[in-house]
Amino acid sequence: MAAKVGILALQGDVSEHAQALADLGADAVGVHTADDLAAIDGLILPGGESTTISKLLESSGLFEAVASRLADGMPAFGTCAGMILLASEVLDGRPDQRSFGVIDLSVRRNAFGRQVDSFEAEVDVEGVGSVPAVFIRAPYVERAGEGVDVLARVDGHPVLCRQGPVLAAAFHPELSGDLRLHELFLREVT
Amino acid sequence: MERQTGTDRVKRGLAEMLRGGVIMDVVTPEQAKIAEDAGAVAVMALERVPADIRRDGGVARMSDPAMVEGIKEAVTVPVMAKARIGHFAEAQILEALGVDYVDESEVLTPADEAHHIDKWAFTVPFVCGATNLGEALRRISEGAAMIRSKGEAGTGNIVEAVRHLRSILGDIRKITQADPAEVYAWAKELRAPVSLVQELHDTGRLPVPLFCAGGIATPADASLVMQLGAEAVFVGSGIFKSEDPAVRAKAIVEATAHFRDPHIVAKVSRGLGQPMKGQDIAELDVKLAERGW
Repeated sequence: MAAKVGILALQGDVSEHAQALADLGADAVGVHTADDLAAIDGLILPGGESTTISKLLESSGLFEAVASRLADGMPAFGTCAGMILLASEVLDGRPDQRSFGVIDLSVRRNAFGRQVDSFEAEVDVEGVGSVPAVFIRAPYVERAGEGVDVLARVDGHPVLCRQGPVLAAAFHPELSGDLRLHELFLREVT
Repeated sequence: MERQTGTDRVKRGLAEMLRGGVIMDVVTPEQAKIAEDAGAVAVMALERVPADIRRDGGVARMSDPAMVEGIKEAVTVPVMAKARIGHFAEAQILEALGVDYVDESEVLTPADEAHHIDKWAFTVPFVCGATNLGEALRRISEGAAMIRSKGEAGTGNIVEAVRHLRSILGDIRKITQADPAEVYAWAKELRAPVSLVQELHDTGRLPVPLFCAGGIATPADASLVMQLGAEAVFVGSGIFKSEDPAVRAKAIVEATAHFRDPHIVAKVSRGLGQPMKGQDIAELDVKLAERGW
């Protein structure tokens, strides 16, 4: 049976991730409630507004349910807001903002600046090559823990990291049409 | 490493990140904090909400930069601000202030009765209002990176928002069924570039996100327009002209995220206090949606 990938569908660019998964022939499902988690083998946390998604995770009762699946080793891939939600520490966040802490990173929100500073660039990814990357009010990693592999950097700051089954990008591979990072994640799921 | 700022992808990308969210009009840093606490994905900084602009009359202009800066300081979510239609100098000021999105808005008094702002000339992205598909495509051809259906701002009445969304999305559905010759006729009828109509025909969707504004006052209103096909909502007067803004703001955020689930929308709709009073469209002296060319 083919692996099923969930996309956290509370807010953000869910449809771009769904398109990337469809292009790779993967079976994708939107996750709105805790019940949707039962059927999935991996979870994508999309781009969006991390403070909003954090609140919606809380009010929908999804936070604890997702946290428990992640603790059991479910593979996860977070992009931008998704990276923030997976990280162990959020800098410049709201005091009530929660994150899952399944990748040992200190991530600073909006570290690359406001929207006028948002940019596209080619980024060298270890083991993959040069990939087009879209950074939107993007965070970067200020501290990566010992168990974390840093796969790409911009200005010396880690922007793509992996720890065990968890992959986190400060940028949006789902907006560039390049499927290699989604492919990298799917290898973890299947 | 070569970095490119202000590209189409970067401008439209921020709009894509706001999908499924609520953008709230705020007039003070305190209101901005209430909006962010409630889960707003972004705030729109302006001096008066549309209901007050309507009541006060006079010329409505871009906000005082000090006020925009105060709101930027108060929150971590994106901050948008409004410039008058065609007033590119106001837009330049807003870009210089570092706002994240400029709304070239019919809610303010137009500065140019023939031309909209050349939005390609800016690094900051623009959102523009539209009442129909032709207007939406003309704004996209001028560089808008997000379209919002206009509705009738400051009325608390959803009827115009529904009319505009149905018009835009209905015509998109018809164009996807058109034969190649009909694409040219559609471009003429819509007064829009053939290339954009052709793209619609091929993809079945606008090349930028379509949000909804103008008249949303309740969680059910948000659910209605999201089910009709809006990808996110702007709420102007509907929150801070209601009895309990913090509670209503949170309820509208929940209803927008869970618009397909009437049980959740029912749950969050309970005990919100009085909504803004609202107005019948037939009683209006000025229809803001008619501004824009």
